[in-house]
Amino acid sequence: MQALRKQDLLLLGLAVVFYAIVQGLLMADIIGPFWELNIVLVGINIILAASLNLINGFTGQFSIGHAGFMAVGAYVGAVMTVKFSLPFIVALAGGAVAAGILGFLIGLPTLRLSGDYLAIATLGLGEIIRITILNIPYVGGASGFMGIPRLADFTWVFFLTIFTLFFIKNLIRSSHGRACISIRENEIAAETMGIDTTRYKVLAFTIGASFAGLAGTLFSHYFYIAHPASFTFMRSFDILTMVVLGGLGSMTGAVTGAVLLTFISAALASYPEWRMVIYSISLIILMLYRPQGLLGDKEISLSIIKRLTGGDSRAEN
Amino acid sequence: MLKTNKLSIMFGGLRAVSNLNLDIKKGQLVGLIGPNGAGKTTAFNLLTGVYQPTEGEVMFDGKNTRGLKPFQVTQLGMARTFQNIRLFANLTVLDNVKIAYHFHVKYSVAEAVFRLGRYFSEEAEIEEKAIELLKIFGLEGKKDELAKNLPYGEQRRLEIARALATKPKLLLLDEPAAGMNPQETHDLMNLIRWIRDKFDLTILLIEHDMGLVMGVCEHIYVLEYGSLIAEGTPEEIKQNPRVIEAYLGEEVS
Ligand SMILES: Nc1ncnc2c1ncn2[C@@H]1O[C@H](COP(=O)(O)OP(=O)(O)OP(=O)(O)O)[C@@H](O)[C@H]1O
Ligand SMILES: [Mg+2]
Repeated sequence: MQALRKQDLLLLGLAVVFYAIVQGLLMADIIGPFWELNIVLVGINIILAASLNLINGFTGQFSIGHAGFMAVGAYVGAVMTVKFSLPFIVALAGGAVAAGILGFLIGLPTLRLSGDYLAIATLGLGEIIRITILNIPYVGGASGFMGIPRLADFTWVFFLTIFTLFFIKNLIRSSHGRACISIRENEIAAETMGIDTTRYKVLAFTIGASFAGLAGTLFSHYFYIAHPASFTFMRSFDILTMVVLGGLGSMTGAVTGAVLLTFISAALASYPEWRMVIYSISLIILMLYRPQGLLGDKEISLSIIKRLTGGDSRAEN
Repeated sequence: MLKTNKLSIMFGGLRAVSNLNLDIKKGQLVGLIGPNGAGKTTAFNLLTGVYQPTEGEVMFDGKNTRGLKPFQVTQLGMARTFQNIRLFANLTVLDNVKIAYHFHVKYSVAEAVFRLGRYFSEEAEIEEKAIELLKIFGLEGKKDELAKNLPYGEQRRLEIARALATKPKLLLLDEPAAGMNPQETHDLMNLIRWIRDKFDLTILLIEHDMGLVMGVCEHIYVLEYGSLIAEGTPEEIKQNPRVIEAYLGEEVS
């Protein structure tokens, strides 16, 4: 058990070193504003992908309405900072809690549905959230919520991303997480083992939604604006693509998917019309040759990296 | 321990289980037999809350289980295995057993996420107990293998180990020896008798292999077309003309 703590500390240490390097490069202006924006976007996307992965990958419930919860976080957070002048950290918590509550309320009835039906219901609910926001003049309606201060920066995004990853990793590697995974593996057997499957589906959905809300608050406070067009089902698909690309049920997979897709879309920024084409083609290729995603449900861990780098002698046998 | 009163269920026009009265005492090892399609598995599904009875009721450990969901019945102390094995196929053998301990775990989600308090000690305890159970079933050497990669007989044993991890008072086994060779079957029966004593269990098992049921069970219920046609000790069942006619035929003589 002590080893667990040691590994966590090591990972945290590496994260801080990584942070220091990137922050240094940012301050020295070696990384320009375009890539800075994309690095921030990577972080936000990691939070979105990791939290959707908790629902879709680990608990096995097919949700595709994540953009809706992100929108809730984006707007609720903005209302708190702009209209009520509350501190950013309160807005972050508020965005996450609001999205979580909505996730709980939506999850309770919809998680009784399974498979395709759940997917359709969550897709529809995501759109309903967006259209509702579109019709609220208080938050700007169709023209969007403007004049949001840029309170988020690389530091905020980075540490909240790390927080999210540790939160979800620790949850998954606990009895509660195993309960979620057992639902994915065999719902009837899980129920027979005394697991309240509805409770754990709703729990995963609520936690997933609140992290999407957190990502939303970061998003609107980095891009100065919350606009309904940012939260269409296309965004939900984007997030889903990251998770499926990386591998459903793999934490490091979700991170890999988020990093890859964010940078691919950044690289294609000047050819926006090609973006979806390349997306689609890469997904088709992936589904043909590696339907389980790049990492499947495996994880990249320190011990595997050690084995790969230090295990050359064994590789020769 | 378990008592049913006129337990019945209709599937459309079919009375899959009809007026079933069971009375199982604490510590007994009881068999439920009958030809294919007699309603044995359906009876298990009624007992465990998978189906709600059309009529009649189940009293388990003094409580009426009407309206309870399967997980709630399990939490009352009734565990089961499935005729068509339902393991968590892509998880390790060890995780399969750990999951079954879940509802005894006391640490909260917050304690898990922030790795506080009871998390470490309880996780260590779960692991230790799971390995202990795997040892009993001769599976500790395979604890890190995926459940789906185990041979058939071991999958069946793992399912029993997993059911035991919920710490039941009553264990329901649906054809635990199906697909096993005679040696495995023999060993399994000894094991079943042994766990009954060691864990202070009451066991109800469905089995097709007559020799095996007669050898291990103290009391037997016989179902045909959803109805009970006989009950009694193995000796009584062997001599019951109705049973011989309906089901056993030359197998017993
Ligand atoms: N969910 C269901 N819906 C409709 N009919 C069902 C259902 N489950 C079982 N039956 C029917 O009920 C009858 C009893 O089935 P059951 O599976 O309980 O038999 P069994 O005694 O376990 O047989 P076997 O020895 O083959 O396992 C069968 O005719 C079966 O087709
Ligand atoms: Mg059956």
